[in-house]
Amino acid sequence: MLHDKDRIFTNLYGQHDPFLKGARSRGDWDNTAAILSRGRDAIIQEMKDSGLRGRGGAGFPTGLKWSFMPKQSDRPCYLVVNGDESEPGTCKDRDILRHDPHKLIEGCLVAGFAMGACAAYIYVRGEFYDEIVALQHAVDEAYEAGLIGKNACGSGYDYDVFVHRGAGAYICGEETALIESLEGKKGMPRMKPPFPAGVGLYGCPSTVNNVESIAVAPTILRRGADWFLGIGRPNNAGPKLFCISGHVNKPCNVEEELGIPLRELIERHAGGVRGGWDNLLAVIPGGASVRMIPKSICDDIPMDFDSLRNVRSGLGTAAVIVMDKSTDLIKAIARLSKFYMHESCGQCTPCREGTGWMWRVMTRMTEGRATIEEIDTLEQVTRQVEGHTICALGDAAAWPIQGLIAHFRPLMEERINAYKARISSPSRMAAE
Amino acid sequence: MPKLTIDGIAVEVPAGSTILQAAEAAGIEIPRFCYHERLSIAGNCRMCLVEVEKTPPKPIASCAYPVGEGMVVHTDTPMVRNGRRGVMEFLLINHPLDCPICDQGGECDLQDQAMGFGSDHSRYAENKRAVKDKDLGPLVKTTMTRCIHCTRCIRFITEVAGVPELGATDRGEHMEVGTYVQKALSSELSANIIDLCPVGALTSKPYEFVARPWELQKVDSIDVLDAVGTNIRIDSRGPEVLRILPRLNEDVNEEWLGDKSRFALDGLKRRRLDRPWVKKDGKLKAVSWAEAFSAIADKVKGLAGDRIGAIAGDLCDAESMLALKDLMASLGSVNIDCRQDGARLDATRRDFYSFNTSIAGIEEADAVLLIGTNPRKEAPVLNARIRKACFGRGIPVGVIGPDADLTYKTTHVGNDPTAINALHDGTHAFADVLKNAKKPLIVIGQAALARPDGSAVLAAAWRLAGAVGALTADWHGFNVLHTAAARVGGLDLGFVPGPNGKSVAQMLEGGVDVLWLLGADEVDTARIGANTFVVYQGHHGDAGAHRADVILPGAAYTEKSGTYVNTEGRVQRGFLAVYPPGDAREDWTIIRAFSQLTGNTLPYDNIDALRQRLEQTNVVFSRIGYLPRFGCSDLTGPAGDPAALSNTPFVPAVENYYQTDVISRNSPTMAECSATATATATPALAAAAE
Repeated sequence: MLHDKDRIFTNLYGQHDPFLKGARSRGDWDNTAAILSRGRDAIIQEMKDSGLRGRGGAGFPTGLKWSFMPKQSDRPCYLVVNGDESEPGTCKDRDILRHDPHKLIEGCLVAGFAMGACAAYIYVRGEFYDEIVALQHAVDEAYEAGLIGKNACGSGYDYDVFVHRGAGAYICGEETALIESLEGKKGMPRMKPPFPAGVGLYGCPSTVNNVESIAVAPTILRRGADWFLGIGRPNNAGPKLFCISGHVNKPCNVEEELGIPLRELIERHAGGVRGGWDNLLAVIPGGASVRMIPKSICDDIPMDFDSLRNVRSGLGTAAVIVMDKSTDLIKAIARLSKFYMHESCGQCTPCREGTGWMWRVMTRMTEGRATIEEIDTLEQVTRQVEGHTICALGDAAAWPIQGLIAHFRPLMEERINAYKARISSPSRMAAE
Repeated sequence: MPKLTIDGIAVEVPAGSTILQAAEAAGIEIPRFCYHERLSIAGNCRMCLVEVEKTPPKPIASCAYPVGEGMVVHTDTPMVRNGRRGVMEFLLINHPLDCPICDQGGECDLQDQAMGFGSDHSRYAENKRAVKDKDLGPLVKTTMTRCIHCTRCIRFITEVAGVPELGATDRGEHMEVGTYVQKALSSELSANIIDLCPVGALTSKPYEFVARPWELQKVDSIDVLDAVGTNIRIDSRGPEVLRILPRLNEDVNEEWLGDKSRFALDGLKRRRLDRPWVKKDGKLKAVSWAEAFSAIADKVKGLAGDRIGAIAGDLCDAESMLALKDLMASLGSVNIDCRQDGARLDATRRDFYSFNTSIAGIEEADAVLLIGTNPRKEAPVLNARIRKACFGRGIPVGVIGPDADLTYKTTHVGNDPTAINALHDGTHAFADVLKNAKKPLIVIGQAALARPDGSAVLAAAWRLAGAVGALTADWHGFNVLHTAAARVGGLDLGFVPGPNGKSVAQMLEGGVDVLWLLGADEVDTARIGANTFVVYQGHHGDAGAHRADVILPGAAYTEKSGTYVNTEGRVQRGFLAVYPPGDAREDWTIIRAFSQLTGNTLPYDNIDALRQRLEQTNVVFSRIGYLPRFGCSDLTGPAGDPAALSNTPFVPAVENYYQTDVISRNSPTMAECSATATATATPALAAAAE
């Protein structure tokens, strides 16, 4: 349970002034020059010590990522902030962008400084119109106040921040596709290696970070790595924004410490599952891309990267999608399959062909118009996609189906048998 | 150089190589669709998966993964096999299995690899995808439902051909390859995407449903429709040439072929001369060989040698030109010329008329100046080399002459020859670019030479080359780009007027009483005097035959064994693929047979003897295929006064790429291409995309 004093996003719900005056009153931009004066290495070390893991989904240690940037470079270096929040169920970055934009902008400055970047590009999902307007306003304010731009915060460091609007493709949230899109090309993921820290935006060293990862950085540097490390569980430190949606009484965004039990999270902040905890069927704990977990696991699972990985799911973006017993799980996953089919960039074979195949089979499965053996075929197809693609979208398309088959295979068989019984009944045929 | 182990085989490859390249070095074949060694790496087909020890436990695309020291790679583990099987299954689920009606059948990568990694049945129970076909012009037929989205065609058209006209629209399984807005491809190299396409999505339109690969006779030959000497393979069935494909030659054409050279072959079947003709009472009458010969012999008898002349055309092989030269010598004539267009080439030294840097050498150049030439139209394959140097290293290219879209960025220096001296005097900014270059390259085209001040232009270009350091002991940056396949060979064996001999213009304008045209159709036959007796020896009823008094049917390049010298001076040999039609014969045998009537039988009874004579005439003919490169040891320039330049602007040597010679002029496919190109003349897209 996170104490109020440990909250980072104190204007998450937009009750206060989101802009410079309000932000300053919440402690943002408080002597940022002093943070910068610690030097690049000290900042990166502090971030490493804090144990912050990337908030975009993969959970890669942020400080370590920053340290991959070259110490000396004859080309300019860039920080790219990923605000293309499109993961179904996720809406945490949106609240940061519109209610606490200065946390992000200050984060851009300290992160950019730590990695020797000359500019930050904040790539925001195109649909976030109001959020972009708010963010741009905040950027303009920061320029005007001398917080960024030439001699940012009086530190002697020149730093620019640009806001870029995406056009709403899910794949542009993949870091290299985002870079391509930012360069004006079709958003298709690049192959790695080379990694962006070597060859990134415009061929220059770049680091792509999630909005939340960047926005928490100034607070960590102010309050120290030990404070951050003291929250949460080992290797899963700090507070984290959770987005709780689906069959709960009060869907919400909430900042909580990592490792909070799922049941406590839902019951304390989201008003509990509709119809009570026993009415729970399954939860997708980390945005659409991770495997679902059935109620039996939900009962005592702590919400952090490692615990969820141990049950073959994942924390992802910490978007908790709650499904009660009224849910047609097969239909729900079929809908997700359609999403991935629609959002596949089409570049590499397994994802381009596999997502369509999976969706078509899933569509038949919702009716039960399939054979029992096809469940195994479907499972194999997901394995053929998973890990065989350039980016992680193939994995993301495979995992929801794998989760369904792993935990609810009897349900699928039941549906198929019911369909078989229905169409093999001659009287029914005649009536039609 | 990193050392690594692939399937237990230790290899050492240059740093920066990919695992796939290393595997090739180790002799291990890795299946691939999207990877092509001459294109950028896309890594999207996922067929080339391998397993690398000490990496995350998932397969790795070997085409894009750089090798590392001590890497241990496995290409045949269960994980790899399953991965490839999976990819193959995915490729096939939406691929129409219409191999029996697909022109790619029998030479299809997908078909071949499906034998290795495919399954005997399909688990895919849904409907297959259908994609609307695209119209890419008269050469490339599309069946887009078969497309496996490897993007080779997109990368070729963008990177090699330099016209960014192909791309993928939509995403996911709706992704389609096409031209965004419906249009014909404007590249002269467009048909190479047919060869690159690993499936039957892009096939040859003129060859549609014509033959199966296993029915074809395959013969190696040399293309003669431009002066590059592209290595080709002629595929024929029975008496008919059905298809021409490029052959690999890193020094000449890599693996590309111009559209004209590939598709003009249907011109080989139209308006062919298949029997001798003699004009009697103003009308041509079909006659026997003996009658035709005696008609010529009667005319020649008693005529002074200097009243007889011969002009060799652009498609001639060296053997027939030498035979004709020898025949003329035996008749006492030195009136011979192989420069139909009147190009003022200086034949006294080989480096005055060849592409000395060599085509592969273009890649070493660090600045290029093009004088009176549009290589895109005159030699598209060579132009692709210049583009390769520009695209890869961004070398500057200057142009003197019409400012055309050459598919790369150029600096327009001037329109007329005086610009050459402006560069020499340093009054134009591009002069510094040339001077500062370590290996400057100057290319002079036929449009710059086939004009009254041609000798002056040649001399001025040479002088400029010397001044900017293009002529050194180890770099010869002075180059002549020819448009005629016969030209360098003709110059090498001295098919030029002897002492007091008459040039083409003099011969045409009444200088001779008997004029022997060996495939010469590009001369202005209207200028031939009414009293001149014209013998036309060639394979098409075109301009020359139209004016002829006697027609001797010869063989086209696909129908004879011939030696050709390309613009670099590389001697190459083509072989007979089909026999000449009707009574037509290989050209040297016609001349040899006629020589018997003159009383001076030419001293060769077979082609080997003739080739020995060829080697005696010029030692270069003994080096087949191999081209030694020399620097410039003698700075003395060609004859001509570099100051005597006119300010008449250069005009293009080739206006219409698709119709330049008798074969392409008689080709319906080329006529269609020509019409399409005129109808869809496009703005300079490529320059904008640079």
